[in-house]
Amino acid sequence: MNVTINGKNENLEINKEKFSIIDLLKVKDVEMPDMVSVELNGTILNRSTYESTFISEGDKIEFLYFMGGGSGKYPAAFEKIKTADNNK
Amino acid sequence: MNLTEDQIERYSRQIILDNVGGKGQEKLLQSRILIIGAGGLGSPAAFYLAAAGAGNLGIIDGDEVDLSNLQRQILHSTDDVGRAKVDSAKETLEKLNPDINIITYNKRVNAQNISSIISEYDFIIDGTDNFGAKFLINDACVLNKKPYSHGGILRFHGQTITHVPGSACYRCLFETLPPKGAVPSCSEAGVLGVVAGFLGTLQASEAMKYILKTGELLTDSLFYFDILNTEFRLLKIKRNKNCPVCGDNPSISKLEEKNYEQPVCDLKQQR
Repeated sequence: MNVTINGKNENLEINKEKFSIIDLLKVKDVEMPDMVSVELNGTILNRSTYESTFISEGDKIEFLYFMGGGSGKYPAAFEKIKTADNNK
Repeated sequence: MNLTEDQIERYSRQIILDNVGGKGQEKLLQSRILIIGAGGLGSPAAFYLAAAGAGNLGIIDGDEVDLSNLQRQILHSTDDVGRAKVDSAKETLEKLNPDINIITYNKRVNAQNISSIISEYDFIIDGTDNFGAKFLINDACVLNKKPYSHGGILRFHGQTITHVPGSACYRCLFETLPPKGAVPSCSEAGVLGVVAGFLGTLQASEAMKYILKTGELLTDSLFYFDILNTEFRLLKIKRNKNCPVCGDNPSISKLEEKNYEQPVCDLKQQR
């Protein structure tokens, strides 16, 4: 399935008929859904709907990450996400 | 007010811009801008606003200068280590521009004091380093109908949004503070000083545009950058009808300290 994630076109290998936001987060190695906000086609999704929201061909998805301040108090999960992104 | 000859000369390079002019310079000199946090973001923001003649600059910070701050917090110098950040900031900025008034608050913002402090200002810049303060500033600005600039940085990344009454706010994007268990030790993170410099400068330009009523603000948008991979993105965002503070049926109607508790990690304790 072709989707756009954070502005980049990606061809996702879908292993089931209905592919939810939670499934996508897993594929993208985001372990804690609490650490990311997801925008689907211009609308921010409520966290409680990640499981019941399914993505389809052509969707535009944005992962928005928490960012703190100059002290760098920030979860390590972020770097993992970025590394995973870069390796693909 | 009438600009003096000295002022006309000092600010000449921006007065000749159509978007500023003599009238705009007067607006800047009469403006009241509050910078919360005299650190990585607050330093460049305060420097440029002071230089531009932002006439009444409020700076709030309850910390003292630490040697590890100097890599990015350019308001402070080696001799300032151990001093209150607001004192060091005031001295630096007054040296740069004695034409302006620096108002300092040697304290941290909290649910009790923030509303009365921000009520004195036209525009607020969030230069804080923790999520508790970031959510508190957002909620206080939304509830008190104050325009403000949010900024967040990490390692090589930064992001910023501007909120004015009616536009999308920080909570439209991030509903609640990140969970406690997800915050690792400070030693795992880090940031490049130039990332703070870049973002703080953007925040200062938002304040100036707001005061001058010129150009387009970064409202209903999130600007994101990754300096390492030279990625710059402007993402359009919409006000979230379900936002707990600015949505159609908000659940947050007053500021309560318990809603902004976030584990504080202190690098020194981990050495």
